[in-house]
Amino acid sequence: MKCLLKEREWDWKISGVALGLIFLVTVMVVKPIGVSTQFVILDGIFWKSVSSELIVKDDKSKTGYASSNAYLNKSSGKYAQNVDNPLNYSFVFVIAMIMGGFISAKFTKNKDEEDDGVLPQVWKDTIGNSTTKRYIIVFIGGVLVLYGARMAGGCSSGHMMSGMMQTSISGYLFAIATFISSVPTAMYFFSKKES
Amino acid sequence: MSVLLAIVFGLLFGVILHKVGAANPHRLINMLRLKDFHLMKVIFFGIGFSSLLLFVFSAAGVIEPNFSVKTAYIGVGIGGIIFGIGWAISGFCPGTSIVGAGAGRKDALVFVVGGLVGAFLYMLTYGSFKSTFLFDKILGGKVTLADTGVEKYHVIAEGISSSLVAGGIAIVMIVIAIILPKSE
Repeated sequence: MKCLLKEREWDWKISGVALGLIFLVTVMVVKPIGVSTQFVILDGIFWKSVSSELIVKDDKSKTGYASSNAYLNKSSGKYAQNVDNPLNYSFVFVIAMIMGGFISAKFTKNKDEEDDGVLPQVWKDTIGNSTTKRYIIVFIGGVLVLYGARMAGGCSSGHMMSGMMQTSISGYLFAIATFISSVPTAMYFFSKKES
Repeated sequence: MSVLLAIVFGLLFGVILHKVGAANPHRLINMLRLKDFHLMKVIFFGIGFSSLLLFVFSAAGVIEPNFSVKTAYIGVGIGGIIFGIGWAISGFCPGTSIVGAGAGRKDALVFVVGGLVGAFLYMLTYGSFKSTFLFDKILGGKVTLADTGVEKYHVIAEGISSSLVAGGIAIVMIVIAIILPKSE
């Protein structure tokens, strides 16, 4: 058997089984995977380090925590509690994902030499070779994606994969909404360069 | 214990997202341009496969899954539309940007910084619209097509075997994954 960790990319069938299994095992053992909430938790940790009044202990709240920020305070201070105790399952899970990406890349043989980790091939083919432009656009992309994900209450992991796995209406709604905007945007934004 | 599980599962999820090609923005952008269906096949197969086993195992009593259904409300659709625009221009979503950054992609790292700013802007603005129509529930909120067996979640296909409903949807997804061509 070839070592799967050395391959640059898995065949779609192995990929589909592996992706399915990790979503299945996590919902069986702990809870469905979700990622985007942890951006809020990390923001909260930064914010708390400069503002000691952000998170307060509150006996009247169900979690025992409250926040001066309306979002951290929602659902009886659930996020406020996680900001105060970042060593919880969901936050550590996301930190471990960074290590997973690192390990996977480290073991990969025959890396894609064309890809410098800044400009994807399709970007070079349609937009050009400016790394500054790429950084500006990905930054804006990050702002829009996380703003949208928080408004929607989840992202590709939480809504699309975990949600649709459970046949949740919110999951289908999110998937349809994202494809309605992303497909035309990608087609327009990455249309062929005039040459 | 839960932290140890988080490390194991997080590591595995990170490796898997990287190996399936999801942390490669070239693949993702070309999926959204409807030019390359590798990731689409992976996603359809992954959801179908996990959903089928989840509902069959659960109905057979093999496991007791920790279902956690999110609320459906207007903002899921509007947020999804905003999400889709950022997703398309960058080629990343929250999970894949984190894995990409770990794998050494500089564009992914910039996306993560942008993401932290976006999440922060949401935290600052949430209070101004938290009582608006954006959070009006759809179909009762926490609702699924197949019966999860969890009392607090509404069910659309009520009274029909959950294995049949979820299994049927799952098989359609698996068939789509198989018949989609790899590329245009």
